[in-house]
Amino acid sequence: MRFIFKTKYSQDINIAKHNGDRFWYSLLILIMAALPLVLDDFYLGEISYICILSIAGIGLMILSGYTGLASLGHAAFLGVGAYTHAFLLTNGIPFYASIPIVIVVSFLVGAAIGIPILRLTGMYLAIATLALGFIAEHVFIKWEHFTGGNRGLPVPQPEFLGMSFYDSVFFYYVCLVFLIAAMFAAINILRSPTGRAFVAIRDSEIAAQSLGVNLGLYKALSFAISGAFTGLAGALLAHYIGYLAPDIFNIFLSLTLLLLIVVGGMGSLHGTVFGAIFVGFLPQLIAICRDYLPSSIGSQPGLEPMLFGIILVFFILYEPLGIYGRWIKIKLFFELFPTYKRQTFKKQKVFTKSDRV
Amino acid sequence: MQLIQLIIDGVASGCIYGLVALGFVLIYKATETINFAQGDILMLGAFVAYSLIGILGMDYLTGFALTILIIAVFGFFLDAVVVRQIIGQPAFATVMLTIGLGFIFRGFASIYWGTDIFSFSTPFSGKITEFNGLIISYVNLSIIVGTAVLMSALYFFFTFSKIGVAMRASSENQLAAYYMGIPVKFIFSLIWSISAGVAAVAGVLLAPITLVDTSISLIGLKAFAAAVLGGFGSIPGAIVGGIIIGIVEQLCGTYENYLFEGVREISAYLVLILTLIIYPRGLFSDKAEVKKV
Repeated sequence: MRFIFKTKYSQDINIAKHNGDRFWYSLLILIMAALPLVLDDFYLGEISYICILSIAGIGLMILSGYTGLASLGHAAFLGVGAYTHAFLLTNGIPFYASIPIVIVVSFLVGAAIGIPILRLTGMYLAIATLALGFIAEHVFIKWEHFTGGNRGLPVPQPEFLGMSFYDSVFFYYVCLVFLIAAMFAAINILRSPTGRAFVAIRDSEIAAQSLGVNLGLYKALSFAISGAFTGLAGALLAHYIGYLAPDIFNIFLSLTLLLLIVVGGMGSLHGTVFGAIFVGFLPQLIAICRDYLPSSIGSQPGLEPMLFGIILVFFILYEPLGIYGRWIKIKLFFELFPTYKRQTFKKQKVFTKSDRV
Repeated sequence: MQLIQLIIDGVASGCIYGLVALGFVLIYKATETINFAQGDILMLGAFVAYSLIGILGMDYLTGFALTILIIAVFGFFLDAVVVRQIIGQPAFATVMLTIGLGFIFRGFASIYWGTDIFSFSTPFSGKITEFNGLIISYVNLSIIVGTAVLMSALYFFFTFSKIGVAMRASSENQLAAYYMGIPVKFIFSLIWSISAGVAAVAGVLLAPITLVDTSISLIGLKAFAAAVLGGFGSIPGAIVGGIIIGIVEQLCGTYENYLFEGVREISAYLVLILTLIIYPRGLFSDKAEVKKV
């Protein structure tokens, strides 16, 4: 077991807690950078997709995992990012200028959505975001001038730094760089006063308010920041898909993002990556399942949502902390060996908190 | 005259929304959780009725009653076995759990019954009655009458029966009810079973209009609008909210040209958002239902 002896306040908010962290994360980045030497185009594409999902997951994690506001319509932000990016590129704006505009636009859309529904908490918020997700999907279909409607919108693949986005190695590096940048941005937001205010709101609104946190401002800010991250992911997703159709950004995608953060582990940035890896390989997993099941069941189209639901229910009931929580437990098991006790992580029995006054 | 015709059609589809919303409200009042799988239970109800009436060839009323019974028992065990385990966890966990359950039901239905669109014959199909130039189909009439009968049955159940009073007591204050000797856990499972039964009624009544396939579970999402408009904790509010949503939807569909294209599909969600922004308490709510921020 490692004990960190802190002698300065700044140590408490360091990004890397100790040298071991620095070593392992540098090694991870090096391995990721070296992957194109080993893997072929198919796997690079899959990993690029996982990077994009992770960025979107970071967005939703800041909102749901850290601020405690559920959103069932986050695919709308992916859509806003993707359509804005495609629209700008079509009108001749270069890639390096388009991405900041996309981030700003999604930030503003997030704030615009966040402000009117600030007064809602808990499940009312979940219902409102669900409805907004539907309305956004409808807007993508009907606003044909901007989105091309049901015909779809081809995404231009411009040159950037003299390279083309059709090159899967180059696209992989773009996604990886954006993921690392997004991760650093998220870590920094979360260790700043803003991020601490988010966590305070999640843990107790009344306590946060009495310590001087402006609930309305910080909730709107959380929506806006979350929207910005998800919008960035949407812009990259536009390049990945290549052709935008409104029905991509449906409720199922929103729920997939929620599955991502629940499976990865609520309230941890590690969880977004674990969850993205899981969600990214879920279709392959389902394809493998199909092979092993009898063909009468295996060939059914309903198998996918069913497995999706079973996984979700399983994690909520038996591992609410997700894959990251399981990883923490395994790590602690080896650190404390042989004195690990199961009770360390035992769920405490609590009464249902009532929303009624 | 056209307006009255539209309103009658709206009331009929609104009654369905109201019945589903009623299911949300019953569960929310008692356990402060929301069942996002309500629409999927409605779908299961329609499919079970199709199996009993359409395939096994049962009499309509027998099949109807048996469907309600099966789905109600299913709802009871859904709470007793699965949902009860996460009591005390944040609201988010329940939302995710019931969404997951909804996906399982939908997946099960499309594996077991297939993805085709089914229908079964009812005594009401294709019959209409004329009244002062108004055309009322028997199907719509059956929905309105069915809702009214169910509502009055529930009213008498909650007012006069011992179990009904125990249910109201448990939703007022769980701990106090428990001290009075009410088996709160059992009562909660019973509320889930009533709520599932109501959804099954809605599913069977709806079947002649939309036919039976997995997409009818989306009704559950529109019913949220009804429940919120009625003030998520009020039983008459759910029905009135549902009827208002139904009428608004009909009117938006007819006068689409004056508004904007495609307004009909999202009108329920627009009403939902507007209610939440302007008057989140809803029409019929007690003052204490919504926490102020």
